[in-house]
Amino acid sequence: MGNIGKMKLEEICSALNGTMVCGEDKAYREVTHAFASDLMSDVLTVNCNSLLLITGLANMQTIRTAEMSDIECILFVRNKSVTPEMKNLADELGMTLITCPLTMFRASGELYKAGIKPLF
Amino acid sequence: MTFEYKVQGGDFTHAGYASSQVKKMLKQLGVDNTVIKRVVVCLYEAEVNIVAHAWDGIISIVLDTDSIFMKLTDNGPGIADIEQAMQKGYSTASPEVREMGFGAGMGLPNISANADRFLITSQPGKGTSLEITINLNSIAV
Repeated sequence: MGNIGKMKLEEICSALNGTMVCGEDKAYREVTHAFASDLMSDVLTVNCNSLLLITGLANMQTIRTAEMSDIECILFVRNKSVTPEMKNLADELGMTLITCPLTMFRASGELYKAGIKPLF
Repeated sequence: MTFEYKVQGGDFTHAGYASSQVKKMLKQLGVDNTVIKRVVVCLYEAEVNIVAHAWDGIISIVLDTDSIFMKLTDNGPGIADIEQAMQKGYSTASPEVREMGFGAGMGLPNISANADRFLITSQPGKGTSLEITINLNSIAV
């Protein structure tokens, strides 16, 4: 599952039985930290590079919030679907979107166990 | 340089377009990433506020060599008690706005925390105006 404290996006996708919806060409990118929230204003308060956003909120503002926060990968939990508009915008911004069937708690737990760190 | 963007109340599909354009422009100009993030967090929160609460609004950006000035003026219900609106956790957002991931009473405090200068004025029944200034050559908030 890669080095402790660092995971490639493709490793995250496979560990969570996920599907990479877009940004497959950047699957080699690594993340060290994750932040889980459905509240976008909370996401806008965080400050970290190579951050994975874990969320159950799937709409255009999720993508826009990630853009403003310099987040390059979003993991959608609970089988949330990505609309074509969301995918187009994420493609344009060079983001990777992953969907997975797990709950936010389970997905966060698996990644924490694999060494991904919380922000605080 | 000056720029102007129109914002339509209720249009969550396009909310964030102006903030996105400003971010791209600042990146092209080579502004420090930390400063860009503070600018776009302020602008995006304020843009979403117009979409969430007002009928329509205008964003005016004045970009100088050492600062960016953003004025957001909306036609909307206005804010009767600004002090209360500035408190973390206070919000009058509709359930629809909350479903979009906002409306937790964090927007205005977030803007205040990231801006170098922040002025908010409002006329209940008419609208609200935000003036946000960020120095482009300073990193610390």
